Amino acid sequence: MWNDPVILEWVFIVVKIGVIFGLLLTIVPYTVLAERRICAWMQDRVGPNRVGFQGVLQPIADGLKLMFKEDMLPDHVHKVLFTLAPALVFMPSLMILAVIPWGSAIGPMKCVLSDMNAGMLFALALASFTVYGIALAGWSSNSKYPFLGGVRSVAQMISYEVCLGLSLVPIFMQTGSLNLGVIVGYQTQHGWLALYNPLSCFIFITSVFAECNRTPFDLAEAEQELVSGYNIEYSSLKFGLFYLGEYANMMVASALVTTLFLGGWSLPFAPFNAPAVHIWVGLAHVLIFVAKVCSVLFLFIWVRWTVPRFRYDQLMALGWKVLLPLALVNILVVAGILACKANL
Amino acid sequence: MIVERPKLTFWDRIYMPQILKGLWITLKHIPMKRFTRQYPEEKPPLPERYRGVPTLVRDPDRRVKCVACQLCEFVCPPTAITVVPGDRAGICSDGNVEKEPEDFIIDMGRCIYCGLCQEACPEEAIFLKKDYAMASYSREQMKLHKEKLLEMGGIHDDRICKWKKK
Repeated sequence: MWNDPVILEWVFIVVKIGVIFGLLLTIVPYTVLAERRICAWMQDRVGPNRVGFQGVLQPIADGLKLMFKEDMLPDHVHKVLFTLAPALVFMPSLMILAVIPWGSAIGPMKCVLSDMNAGMLFALALASFTVYGIALAGWSSNSKYPFLGGVRSVAQMISYEVCLGLSLVPIFMQTGSLNLGVIVGYQTQHGWLALYNPLSCFIFITSVFAECNRTPFDLAEAEQELVSGYNIEYSSLKFGLFYLGEYANMMVASALVTTLFLGGWSLPFAPFNAPAVHIWVGLAHVLIFVAKVCSVLFLFIWVRWTVPRFRYDQLMALGWKVLLPLALVNILVVAGILACKANL
Repeated sequence: MIVERPKLTFWDRIYMPQILKGLWITLKHIPMKRFTRQYPEEKPPLPERYRGVPTLVRDPDRRVKCVACQLCEFVCPPTAITVVPGDRAGICSDGNVEKEPEDFIIDMGRCIYCGLCQEACPEEAIFLKKDYAMASYSREQMKLHKEKLLEMGGIHDDRICKWKKK
């Protein structure tokens, strides 16, 4: 029965879904812990170190606390949208993970849930979906601070999405594919795309910071001005889902940066620079991928606790007047170079 | 008033060198010394004359020094102290002392740790100790009675020994 390819395919799909959920639900809570501890260290403090050894059980304690809080549904909110919004923030990140190759192959199983040719388009389309969750949260809360937070976030995310997409065009031109697996394959042979195209990498990372509502672009939840923006009216698990969604988005963004610019699961030497034949190399590839994602997550945290928030006009000026022209020029330059190479 | 705007150079305007500088600074702080004090385990160093909880003391012969004169009760600004005077029957071998408090109540919910009771006391029977964490679950529990106060005060190493000289 186990040799039947159809059944085997189904088993693989279930295993892959399990791995994706597992990665997400372990990395995300520990990113929260890492964020709190690293921020504390950067400020010469200790951070949460009481629950378990050095605070390793802190995420569990936080989760339990959120679960047992009272789930408030204020009278003045739009009930349906208000309940829907947190899910809309969390869902896209889960779905994007389906197209990201988190390893080469373990035995006969390819380490990507959906190896689709329009993978990156799918990811970009879903990435812009997060904005609906936040906009709906702001709108359905029906009170002023969430509304302002929602409006800001929509304006910000739509502006930076343009740069996000344009910064990737050179990558597509160079690799000739939108399939994330093929892009990683290209990098295993030719080296990391961040080295070929540092400007693309820079613009992408900056836009991704804005897309994830992270400092220095966390205008949507600016504590000092908006109390906490779009999620003021939320409590208990609904708030928890926002929180989870925010960090899940961060993790997906890191996974995308890793896949697109940092060579995905590969390292630039044998046996890690080719799809795995042996099962242990396959597992090592998964570990390499996770390690790279964690490094990018560290970058996120590091920048957050260093750079102050932009003013709103500065944010817009940076997006439209600096990053957008840069991305366009970058496309032209790369296109020129590629054309020259092709003709020589 | 005209605010002089600083002239920004090209490198200031592209902002990146300053961000990198900032990133380097925060990175440098990660392995640095932490300033957090792990409180319940690590108590802060207190100054020599720190005013904490007021307590009653005994003299080296283990006698209660308080003679229930009630001066502390009168001087106490928030009226935290209540003294219930009583006769000192057969406890004191010197016949000079007539009274001792039957009960001595300090309401720690009212005490402002001013130390006036200690200054007013003619018998040097009340001292402010260095303990400061006096929280409890009810107002009733905040009231410290004679036994508790004596227990916290302990024996005062009295060099004057006023009672012996009388």
